[in-house]
Amino acid sequence: MAEYLILIAEDENAYAAATPDVYQQVMEAHMRFAEQVPEKGGKIVEGRALQPTSTATTIRGDVVTDGPFVETKEAIGGYYLIEARDLDHALEIGKLCPARFGCVEVRPIRVFN
Amino acid sequence: MSSVPRDGGEPAGGAGDGAGDGTAAGPGAVPEAIADAHRREWALVLAATARVAGDLDLAEECVQDAYAAALAAWTRQGVPRNPAAWLTTTARRRAIDALRRDRVLRAKLPLLIEPDPPVATSTPPAAGAGEEDDPIPDDRLRLIFTCCHPALAREAQVALTLRLVCGLTTVEIAQAFLVSEPTMAARVTRAKKKISAARIPYRVPGEAELPDRLDAVLTVVHLLYTTGHTAPGGPDLVRADLVERAIGLARMLHALMPDEREASGLLALILLTDARRATRADAGGRLLLLEEQDRSCWDREVIAEGAALVREALRGARPGRFAVQAAIAALHAEAPSYAETDWPQIAGLYDVLLGIWSSPVVALNRAVAVAMACGPAAGLAQIGELEADTRLAGYRYLPAAKADLLRRLGNQAEAAQAYRDALALTDNDAERDFLARRLTEVTGPPRD
Repeated sequence: MAEYLILIAEDENAYAAATPDVYQQVMEAHMRFAEQVPEKGGKIVEGRALQPTSTATTIRGDVVTDGPFVETKEAIGGYYLIEARDLDHALEIGKLCPARFGCVEVRPIRVFN
Repeated sequence: MSSVPRDGGEPAGGAGDGAGDGTAAGPGAVPEAIADAHRREWALVLAATARVAGDLDLAEECVQDAYAAALAAWTRQGVPRNPAAWLTTTARRRAIDALRRDRVLRAKLPLLIEPDPPVATSTPPAAGAGEEDDPIPDDRLRLIFTCCHPALAREAQVALTLRLVCGLTTVEIAQAFLVSEPTMAARVTRAKKKISAARIPYRVPGEAELPDRLDAVLTVVHLLYTTGHTAPGGPDLVRADLVERAIGLARMLHALMPDEREASGLLALILLTDARRATRADAGGRLLLLEEQDRSCWDREVIAEGAALVREALRGARPGRFAVQAAIAALHAEAPSYAETDWPQIAGLYDVLLGIWSSPVVALNRAVAVAMACGPAAGLAQIGELEADTRLAGYRYLPAAKADLLRRLGNQAEAAQAYRDALALTDNDAERDFLARRLTEVTGPPRD
């Protein structure tokens, strides 16, 4: 098994405008995802949601500035660290990951030995 | 691999292909046999070596070394009866030696070799002959599916296929696609790195994924063919080397997956199109349209082979896009003349094609068929609708088709403008020359 990070990039404005109903659906989708991954033979090592980019602080060198390192319509709002057999398996899992206001990126974790 | 002696490591008598079994080598016979083995067996040898090397770079190095070692060994011992087996055994030994030497270095990011593919391939390796040899595992499908993995960009898929499956050098691939050698080298290196770092498995996809994954493979081969069929730029209309490679790949896929209808469809499409190659330009390299081509010079044997494959590809419900395109190509190839072509049926097949593959290029082709079946005005109306489609902006065959229909309708002024638009988008010299000739026709001879 290898580790992959599923980065969830979505439109923050869509979430800001979302009704409680939508939030509820998103929560349920993520709970369903947590059940589906082991069914697919993978494993979620860890999964977290992030506060919006308006709370981000960037440090470049030793200069501290308000905001994310790059302003984009879609921003990383959460991630899952998963275990999968190979990229095909990781992509199969990634396709199940909820991201109704954007997309997910699947990146292999680099292993140093 | 430079430390491996060139003469060491090739199979001795044990492989059954040593001295005495070989054919007597006349002058030039050995280099010719090596070139032939490179063309025919590269994919088989590399794919089988990758299994042992566990790394595409190492596998490539070892296979290149094996071809280099063949020159001395075959000159001395004669050309083995089964060159692929000899080359594979040699390359695999070198890979094992290298792995023993550099165990630590090589152990980092191995190629992910999956157990045997779920898709059975009943066809024996093309090398076939040497029954007493160790069977060479036919991993060519694994190799091409890995090269055409959807996690790789299309241009990387094309480059990797030419490099790993066809054995072309980076320089040759760069020349074929009109990019610089460092650009192509970087593209190939990046793609190979992604295969190992992201763990793209070295395997044939399972049944559920197969249709999509096969479509990607067939698309790459078709792209190679179309790039060769009308070179994107330069003096020659056709790049024969790319065309031959694409035909070779299509034949290989059909042989390895005889039950996949779209693999039959692609081979049929390519053969039926290519049967006309000799007549697509005149002796001076001038482009000849379908209606001007000498049909008696079309390759009837190839057309018959293609037509038989179309029947295979069309059997069963819901034919694929390559099968339908091949059926259209077959109607063209078998028509006694341009005028006697079954245009209504061709237009109907384009409708079917649009139903399974919604592409504006297909819609443009349908418009041309409709113009032949129902008159230029009907075709022109469809082209008018397509001009609003931004996906066709910059597509040279749109203004070229429009110009032709306007010319047929006698609308010289608008035809001239459309020919100018097409010329502005065309870099192939033979096509430019054709469009310029037509432009002169509709504007009248230049006055002085």
